[in-house]
Amino acid sequence: MVRKRRARRPLYSKEICACSIFGAMNREGERFTGEGVIKAIANMHVRGNGLGGGFAAYGIYPEYKDYYALHLMFTGRSWEDKRSAKQDFDAFLCENFDVVYDEEIPHGDETTVSDPPLVWRYFAMPNKRGEESRLSDEDYVVSKVMWVNTKIENAYVFSSGKNMGCFKGVGYPEEIGEYFMLDRLYRAYTWTVHGRFPTNTQAWWGGAHPFSLLDTTVVHNGEISSYGTNRWYLEMYGYACTLQTDTEVIAYAADLLMRRQHLPIEIAAKILAPPIWNSIDRMNETEKKLLTTLRMVYGPLLMNGPFSIIIGQTGKMIGLTDRIRLRPLTAATRGDMFYLSSEEASIRLISPELDCVWTPNGGEPVVGELKSIRMVKDEVIRLS
Amino acid sequence: MKSFVFPEFQIIRDEEKCGQCRGCERQCAFGTHRYDPVQDRLISDEYKCAGCQRCVVFCPKDAIIVRPTPSFYRPNASWSREKLEDLKKQAETGGVILTGCGNDKPFRIYWDHIVLNASQVTNPSIDPLREPMELRTFLGSKPDLIDMKAKNGDVEIETKIGPNLMVETPILFSAMSYGAISYNAFRSLATAACKSGTFFNTGEGGLPKEMRDEFGKCAIVQVASGRFGIDAEYLNCAAAVEIKVGQGAKPGIGGHLPGEKVSPAVAATRMIPAGTDAISPAPHHDIYSIEDLSMLIYALKEATNYEKPISVKIAAVHNFAAIASGIVRAGADIIAIDGLRGGTGAAPKVIRDNVGIPIELAISSLDQRLRNEGIRNRASIIAAGGIRCSADVIKAIALGADAVYIGSAALIAMGCNLCQKCYTGKCNWGICTQDPRLSGRLNIEIASQRLSNLIHAWSHEISEMLGGMGINALESLRGNRDHLRGIGLYEWELEVLGIKGAGE
Repeated sequence: MVRKRRARRPLYSKEICACSIFGAMNREGERFTGEGVIKAIANMHVRGNGLGGGFAAYGIYPEYKDYYALHLMFTGRSWEDKRSAKQDFDAFLCENFDVVYDEEIPHGDETTVSDPPLVWRYFAMPNKRGEESRLSDEDYVVSKVMWVNTKIENAYVFSSGKNMGCFKGVGYPEEIGEYFMLDRLYRAYTWTVHGRFPTNTQAWWGGAHPFSLLDTTVVHNGEISSYGTNRWYLEMYGYACTLQTDTEVIAYAADLLMRRQHLPIEIAAKILAPPIWNSIDRMNETEKKLLTTLRMVYGPLLMNGPFSIIIGQTGKMIGLTDRIRLRPLTAATRGDMFYLSSEEASIRLISPELDCVWTPNGGEPVVGELKSIRMVKDEVIRLS
Repeated sequence: MKSFVFPEFQIIRDEEKCGQCRGCERQCAFGTHRYDPVQDRLISDEYKCAGCQRCVVFCPKDAIIVRPTPSFYRPNASWSREKLEDLKKQAETGGVILTGCGNDKPFRIYWDHIVLNASQVTNPSIDPLREPMELRTFLGSKPDLIDMKAKNGDVEIETKIGPNLMVETPILFSAMSYGAISYNAFRSLATAACKSGTFFNTGEGGLPKEMRDEFGKCAIVQVASGRFGIDAEYLNCAAAVEIKVGQGAKPGIGGHLPGEKVSPAVAATRMIPAGTDAISPAPHHDIYSIEDLSMLIYALKEATNYEKPISVKIAAVHNFAAIASGIVRAGADIIAIDGLRGGTGAAPKVIRDNVGIPIELAISSLDQRLRNEGIRNRASIIAAGGIRCSADVIKAIALGADAVYIGSAALIAMGCNLCQKCYTGKCNWGICTQDPRLSGRLNIEIASQRLSNLIHAWSHEISEMLGGMGINALESLRGNRDHLRGIGLYEWELEVLGIKGAGE
C-alpha cells in the first residue's frame, strides 16, 4: 500500500503583513454610517496593497439583535462549487440552528472586485440537542463555527456575533466598503477597518481582516512571531486555526481569555503583552505574584513580534500594541467619539478638531466603552 | 598472552623539544609514559594511551602529539577497525566491553539538519544588547487555566499553582553523581549552577551533607533504583526531586559503581560501607508498573510537603511518548527525557551504541503527544543527551522542550576530552575519578568559572538567535516549529519533527 505521506504532514502557513488599521466609536451608542471610516482608511491607501480590506460594524442589525448573525463566504472556482458549498452548509445549518431569516449580503457590481465569493447572511438561534444542550449558546456557536470552517469545503463563517457583522474581501478597503455599500446600508456605533499589505499568502477573501469569533473582532497590523506557540496552545482548548493567518490567534486568544475566562481586558492585555521580567521583579509583592503567575500559566499566549491591534466587542473597542511597541497606534477623542488609528492624519481627516490625542505605551490597552472611556495604565490594576 | 589489539593512539614525541622533565609521566594515570634513566629519555607505551590529551596540554615544551593511529587493517566496510578490535578484546577476555561518555556512532544528528529562521523586513529583528531579551523559564506543572476573581479592578487568583523551578536560562546541568565524578567536579557544577541562576542534578549518589545548606537551593536531587543517600533532609534541602527511571546511554540497565571508587566520603554520602560496590538495579524494585511509579511520585510529594516539583527521568525509547504521557497523568511535574547520545560514566558499549532513539525526534513526539492529549501544560519537558551548543538548545526549545540538561558539554567545559575511559576511574583531568591525586587537579574555582562562562556564552548566543527571529521572550519560541526548517531529511523525519523542509 502506498502511503500518502505528503498529505499527512500538515504544512501550516502563516501570513505576514503590514497594514493600516482604523477604528471609530460613538460612546453614546449613536449609530453612524461607514462613510467616514472609508474616507479615513482610504487616506492610508499606501499602507495596503489592494490584497485585502475589511470592516467590522457593531449595532447594525437592531431588528435581529437577539439572533446570531452568521456571515458566510462560499468560495470556489465555479458557480457550482459555491452553490454546492452553500447546499452543504444549509443542510448543516438546518440541523443545528433555527434560522429566522437569510439573504445574500447586498453588494455592488461583481466586476469591480476580483473573484468575489458568494456571501450570505443568516440570522439564527442555536438548536441544541442531546449532549450539546449542556453547552452555553456561545460555546455551541463557537464549536459549530469551528466545525464548519474545518469540515465543510469552501464554506467559511467569517462573522458570528449578535447585532454586528464583518464585511471583508480582496481589494483596497475603500473598494470593499463600496462593494458592500457600507456608506449607505448600515449604521453602527463602532466601526473597525483594515487595509492589508500581505507579503506571503495568496490573496483570498477569507484571509482579509477582521477576524472574528462571536462578537469579538480583531484587525491587526503586524506579524506574530510566536504564532506556532500560540496556535498549539489554542488548539489544546479546541480552537482550530484554519484561516492561514496569524491574526486569528489573537481573536481566539481574546475569546478564550475574555469570554471563557471572564478576565477583564486589563488582565488579558497583561497576558498578550506582558511587562518584561525586569519590571515585574521591581513591583510590589502582590503585583509581582499576579504577573508572574500570569506569565507562568499563559506564557504560550504571549503575542511576540510587532503588532498593533484593534479588538472590537459589543460595547467596546480596545487598542493594544506589542510590549516593545514596534507598530504604530494613535488614540484620540472628540466629544462622544473615540478613535484609534495607525496614523493620526486619518483621524484628523474626518475630525479635524480633537479633544485629546495620544500615543498609548507598548502593552498598555486603550479601552473605549459605551458611555465611558478609560486609559488603562499599570497602576489601575489593583490587587487584593 | 600478547594482545592482538593494536594501540588506538600514536604518541609522537619531539626529542629536540623534550626536556625530560617527566611531566607527562606524572600526568598520566594510565602509565603511558616512563622515564628511562639509562637513555635519559621518555618512553611511551602506546598500548596504554587513552587519548585524553592531558600530557599534550600540560607538556611545558609542547613536545608531544597524540593522535589516532591510522587503521592497519585491510579496508572493509562491514568489518571496521572498531568491530575487529572489540571482537578481539572479547576473544581475549570473555567479557562485556565497557565504555564511557555518549554514543559516538554516526547516527543522524538531526540538529545539523535543522536550520533556524530570522526576521527580514516585515518583522524587525531585535538587538539583545539594546532591548530586553527574556530567557527566564518555569519548570513544573501549570494549571489548565487560572480562576481569578476580578471586582472593580481588584484581582485575586483563586487557583493554586503547583511548585515550579525558575531558571534564568533554559540550561541545567544533567545528573552526574558524586562517586562517578569527583568531589571537585561535583562541587564545581553546584557552584556554577547557583552562580548562573540554574540547577545542577546530584545524580543518584546523594548530596554531601556539608553542601546542603549552600547548594541545596540549586540542586535537583535524584532518587534512583539504588536509593543511595536518601533521607528526609536530602529530599527537603533540594529545589526539586527527580526519580531516575532510565538513562539515554544505557536504557534498560542499571548502574555499577565499583568498590574502588567508593571512598569513605562517597560511602558516607551514599550511606553504604566504604569499598563496597554500589549497584543500582535495572528497574526500581518498587516500580513494576505505572501505578507503582505514581505511588512513588506521591510518596515524594508527601515527603516534601508538596513544595517541590517532582521530575521523572526516562530514556527515549520506541514508545516512550505514550509512557511519558502516562507519567504526566501519574503526577509528574517535569519529564526529563534522555536521548540516544546521552553520556554515562560506565555502560556496556553494545547498549550505549544500540539502544534508544535520538533526542530531537523524542522531544518532538513527546511535545506533540502531550499537546494532542491537552496536557502539555501539566508537565515541563527537559531534554538531555547530545546537546552540544547553543543552537542545539534553541532548536530543542523550538521543537517543544522547556529546557535542556547538559552533561558531556559541562564536563568538556571542565577539561574532559571525551576519551571514553570514565569507567576506569583514572581520569587524568580529575573529573571522573576518586583518586585524590587526580581529583585534586581540578580546581573548583576555575572549573566553576569555566562552567559559568559556558552558560553565559550560550545564553548570550540564544538571545542573539532569538532576537534575530524577532522574538524577545523564550516562551514564544517553545514548540514554535514554524521557526525551524529541515534540510536533507526524509519525509517521515520531517513529519516526526513536525517541521517543514527548507524552502517549503
